[in-house]
This record gives sequence, C-alpha cells and structure tokens, in this order.
Amino acid sequence: MTVAAPNDFQESLQPQGWLRYFSFSLDHKVIGLQYLVTGFLFYFIGGAMAGVIRAELASPISDFVSRETYNEVLTLHGTVMIFLWIVPVVNGGFGNYLIPFYVGARDMAFPRLNAVAFWMIPPAGILLIGSYFITGAAQSGWTAYPPLSLTTPALGQVVWIVSVLLLGGSSIFGGINFIATILKLRRPGLQLMQLPMYCWAMLGTSILVVLSTPVLAGTLLLLSFDIVAHTGFFNPALGGNVVVYQHLFWFYSHPAVYIMVLPAFGLVSEILPIHARKPLFGYTTMVYSILAIVVLGLVVWAHHMFTSGTPPWMRLFFTIATSFIAVPTGIKFFNWLATLWGGKLALNSAMLFSCAFIVNFVFGGITGVALAQVPFDIHVHDTYFVVGHFHYIVYGGTVFVIFASIYHWYPKFTGRMLNEDLGRLHFLLTFVGFNLCFAPQHWLGLNGMPRRVAEYDPSFTTLNQISSVGALLMAISSLPFLYNVLVSAFRGQVAGDNPWNALTPEWLTSSPPPVENWIGEAPLVKHPYGYGVDEDTLSVEAATGRDLWSGAGRR
Amino acid sequence: MTSLATSTSAAEAVTAEAHEGHADLRLFGLATFLVADGMTFAGFFAAYLTFRAVNPLPEGSTYELELLLPSINTMLLLVSSYTFHRSGRNLLLGQMGPCRAWLLLTAGLGAAFLAGQMVEYFTLPFGLTDNLFASTFYALTGFHGLHVTLGVICILLVWFQTRQGGRVTSATPFGLEAAELYWHFVDGIWVVLYGILYLL
Repeated sequence: MTVAAPNDFQESLQPQGWLRYFSFSLDHKVIGLQYLVTGFLFYFIGGAMAGVIRAELASPISDFVSRETYNEVLTLHGTVMIFLWIVPVVNGGFGNYLIPFYVGARDMAFPRLNAVAFWMIPPAGILLIGSYFITGAAQSGWTAYPPLSLTTPALGQVVWIVSVLLLGGSSIFGGINFIATILKLRRPGLQLMQLPMYCWAMLGTSILVVLSTPVLAGTLLLLSFDIVAHTGFFNPALGGNVVVYQHLFWFYSHPAVYIMVLPAFGLVSEILPIHARKPLFGYTTMVYSILAIVVLGLVVWAHHMFTSGTPPWMRLFFTIATSFIAVPTGIKFFNWLATLWGGKLALNSAMLFSCAFIVNFVFGGITGVALAQVPFDIHVHDTYFVVGHFHYIVYGGTVFVIFASIYHWYPKFTGRMLNEDLGRLHFLLTFVGFNLCFAPQHWLGLNGMPRRVAEYDPSFTTLNQISSVGALLMAISSLPFLYNVLVSAFRGQVAGDNPWNALTPEWLTSSPPPVENWIGEAPLVKHPYGYGVDEDTLSVEAATGRDLWSGAGRR
Repeated sequence: MTSLATSTSAAEAVTAEAHEGHADLRLFGLATFLVADGMTFAGFFAAYLTFRAVNPLPEGSTYELELLLPSINTMLLLVSSYTFHRSGRNLLLGQMGPCRAWLLLTAGLGAAFLAGQMVEYFTLPFGLTDNLFASTFYALTGFHGLHVTLGVICILLVWFQTRQGGRVTSATPFGLEAAELYWHFVDGIWVVLYGILYLL
C-alpha cells in the first residue's frame, strides 16, 4: 500500500526539493538530515586531521609538520570530532529525525528553536576551521587546560572559545527541545514505558546536556576573561587556581562522554531487535539503567583528575562512583546479548556494525573500569592508554553505531537501499583498521608513551607504525561508504515503506515520509518491539497502525 | 508549521486535521532553559566557594564588603518580584490598567537595582584584575547584572505589548508569564548570590 504522495503540501511557503536542505526549514526531518550531512562533512575534515597526526607519528621525530601545526591539528581534531561530528550527529541528527516519529508527533516541540540550534553549527565550524588558516588555531588540546591555554597564542584560543560556546548553545537548545518533545508531545494513549528505547536514551542525554553544558559555557567565559582581560581565575601567577578549571571542565566533559554514547545505546537498541526478529530483552531494566547512568554520570568527573593533587577522600569517592557505572552499563550489554540470543539474525551491514559495537565497547568499557582505579590510573594518566580507551568508546562505540544507523535508516531517509556488498566491505575495512589503529595504543601507553606529543622514544616506532597503517585502512574504508551513500541515493534498489518489516513508528509511513510525518492520524504503537510474537497477542494498534489513515481501516 | 496553514485547496483539509495543535509548551521550555541558566550560576558559585576555601588572597585584601547598599538592592529585587506577581494577577483578571502600572513599577525597581549596582561598582576599593576575589566578585555580579538588564528590557517590551490591541492580553498572557518566570528566577539567583558573596 502506498501512502498519498506529499505533493499536497507543495504550496507551502517553505522551499521544496533539495533546496530545503539549505534553508531555515522547520521540518524536523530536514533538520535531522542537515545535522547528519553537516556532521559527516566535519567527520571527514576531522579524519583528515587524524591522518596528519598518524602520518607525523609514523616516525619518532617531528618531520611531517611543524610542532605548532601538530598542536593545532591535534586540538582541532579533538574539538571537531566531539563538538561538530559525534554530538550533533547522534543527538541532533538521528534525534531530530526519529524522536517525533517515536512519540507520534508531527514535529519537535519548538520547530523554530530547532532550526536555530542547527544553524548555530555551521558558523561555529567555519570559525573553528577558519582560525587555522587566518589567525592560527588553538594549540592547547580540546581540554584547553590553563595555564597552557593562557600561554599558547591568544587569538586562536579565543576563537576556539567562541566556537565552543556557539556549539554548546546549540546543544542546550536541542536538549530543551528533546525534553519537551519526549515528555510533553506524546501522542494521546502512548505511555512513557511504551516508548522506543532511543527516546529514553535521548531523554537521559538531554538532561545531561541541560545540566552540564552551561557549566562548561560559564567556565570558558571565565577562561576568556583570563586571556582577554588578564584576570586571574585560572592563572596561578595571579593567585588563581587551575584545578578549579579542571573540576568545572570535567563536570561537563565527563557527562559529554555519555552525551556521545547514550544516544548510541538507544540507536543500537532499535537496530538489534529488528534484525534479530526478537523483542528487546529487558526493556524496563534498560530504562532504569539509562537513568542510573545519567545520575552516576554527573558525579564521576574527578576520575579525570587523579594526578591533579586530588585529596584521598576524593579519589576514593570518584573511584567507587565510576566503578558503579559498570553495573547499569553491564545490564545493557547482557540485555543486548539476550536480545540476540536465539534470534533469526540477519547479518547485514547494519547488524555487523551493531555487533562490532558490542565487542568494541566491552573492550573500551573494561579499560574504562581499569582507568577508574587510582593506582592504575596514575601509571597511565596522559599516556596513549587513555587515547586508546577513549577511541574504543567513541569510535568503536558511537561511530560504529552511527554507521549501523546509516545502513539501517538510509532506506527511510531516501527511499532507496544501500548496496550490501559495499556495506560489508566498508565494515570489514573499518573493523580491521580501527582495531589495528587503536589496540596497539594500549601497549604504547602502558609502556609510557605520553599523549599529545609529536616526538617519541624510538623504541615505540613499530607499534606506532602499525597504528598508522590502521588509520590508513580507516581512511580507505570511507571510500566504499562515500560511493555507496552518494550513488545509492539515485541508483539504489527502491526500498519501499518498510524494508525491514519493523514495528517502530517511523517505518509505518512512506519512505521518505511526507511533511508532518503522516497523512492523517499518527499510529499508536504500544509494543515497538513485538517481533516473533504471535500476531494475536500483538497490540491491535501496533499491527494495524498503518490502516489508521487509509480510511477503510480507520477505527 | 504556520506557513503550512497558509496553503490552500485540498491541502487545507489535511492540514486542518493535522494541526490538532498541542498544549502551549513555551513556559515549559523556558523553565528548562532556566534550569540550564541556573547551572551556569551554580558553576560560578562553586568556583567562588572553592577559590575562597583554598586560595589565600594577597596581603591586605579582604573578602569583606559594604553591606548597606547591597541589602537595599536585595529588598528592591524582592519587592519587584511581588509587584510583578501583582501585575500577573491583574492581567489574568483582565484589569489592564493596574497590570501595566505594576509592570512599570517592577521595571523601575529593576532599574533602581542596576543603578545601585553601578554606584557600588564605582565606590568599591578594588578593580576587576586586583585579586582573585575582585575578579570573581565582578564576574558574578556582572553576569547577574546582565540578567537583570535583560529582564528590565523584557518587562518594558511586555509593557508595550499590553497596550490596547497589543499581543499580551488576559487570553494570551504568555509574554508576561514568561517575563515573570524569568524575573523570579533572576531574583532567586540574587538571593543566593547575596548570601554567599556578602553575608558569608
């Protein structure tokens, strides 16, 4: 059955066709794709920077770029990847596209604020990248720790602060929108505990965004005063306190890890049941795990500061709190495994990336628990062990889920399927390249190679070269992906409305969906994961949701 | 969304049904934003308290401040919260005259607070970069003063909108309610700020 074409809306004042992606569109689907495409642009820019870093580190001496350039590239790589790629894509991109469907709404609660939040990103990105070419970029790493950030060139640092403030504002506006949409815009009859898991993940994430991002904004304001007006908040030479900066910075930046990874948890919880043809295992425990991670995530920040002269009671408290996070996270893992257990697995690209996510993230999680223990952390603090751990979480975790989600939702975005063979090639190259790149970094760190330095002891050369080869593989892996997403948009196999036979609401409309998501009433999906269940036991609304607007089946 | 409503012909039937409208969530959104804004202040307060606990000031400088003027200022803000509340009550009762008068009084009290703040700034014995306490003092009060300034502008805007034929009426009170919520928030922040900066 085809749903009436969205042509009825052509007389609206908003631009139609591809032009609307360059407009101040208020449609959540357009904004979601704007976020996605912008994010991927910055992913490739940030990836090129990673390439420069790995090229430099292929040899122990500083020979590929100057040391200042290395510092700039290192800073920009971290900032771009976190603030312009992962946070906007897993929150703004998929969040804007999917959340209104999941709550049965026609748009986000505040469509105009939504568009404003997106359009703060391009100027921020241009400022950040442009600073490299015009004023010289910041050189103090993505953490901008004073006094380093007070002694490196000031102009680049100030531009960096302005850019991050813009991105933080965008993130806060997005968070407010998600909270209002999920809590207040649900379709009548839809209970909170019937929402798809991604809604809960985005609710938790948005709470973290709203509570922690403003603290970073305030801190960076104070830092900019230190740079511009020569106040001494964080300048020990003027009586200031650098550790206070670290506390305030990590009060945001530790939750930021959950802001990057909780939405990925949600997305993977949508993908696994559909391709395993089984209900999501342990829905209720999943929800409470997310809420527990939100609460615990706010009180673990000082585990980044075990070498900053933290008093013993603080070390004890933050070690215990951090270790506790392994409990809700572990619950989620066993739930995903139980979801897969005995399922009819379709090992397509989306599923391969999702399963690889579970493997990578377990590894990153174990090193994370190890890092929470003070004696171990003091040994590997500021070494490549931390770099390896972090990339296992954010690349092996979130980026793998982003790719899985692209393979999963591309048919909904465009109405066409992605090529499976290219997808598997992409997966293979990414998985091998990723592990080759980041696994050796754990050994490097354990043996004492410091992070963020362009030169290193020659005894580390072999492992660094293996890592650089892995990075090269990852760069190559993006070629089949790029070719796939660009060509499939025009030549891909036509997907139909619901190629995966999914029950979540975004599949119960046409592909791509019409403006305002449904012609007629939104379907009421009370059991979004009712796979493999006898048809009779399914909620009537879920099974026949599509009939709600066909007229004949309307009840 | 509103642009869709202007479309004609067959689309109108669909959109009319599609726009089954939802509850006005703007105040909810503003409240969420104020939570975020409050966290910025919380960060500043935490920084100030930590500085105070662990960073000794240079010889001869002190955390003591004059109390009279800021105490009067605190009273001004507290009274202004009450006057704003009265204005909101009058609006809901449809009494536009008193509503607008209370609004003007609130704006006046806010402006008086800002004037008092300026007087304090000019009479203080220290400047922005003199020591850590001075910097923190100006950052905290300055950031709050910025909020008050914005609040006064908002109140004057709402006052203008409550004129005959304006967009704020007893049936559409959002503009005034939003400004009132914001104003109470700014006043509440000041009470905390006054407590830890002046009294502690």
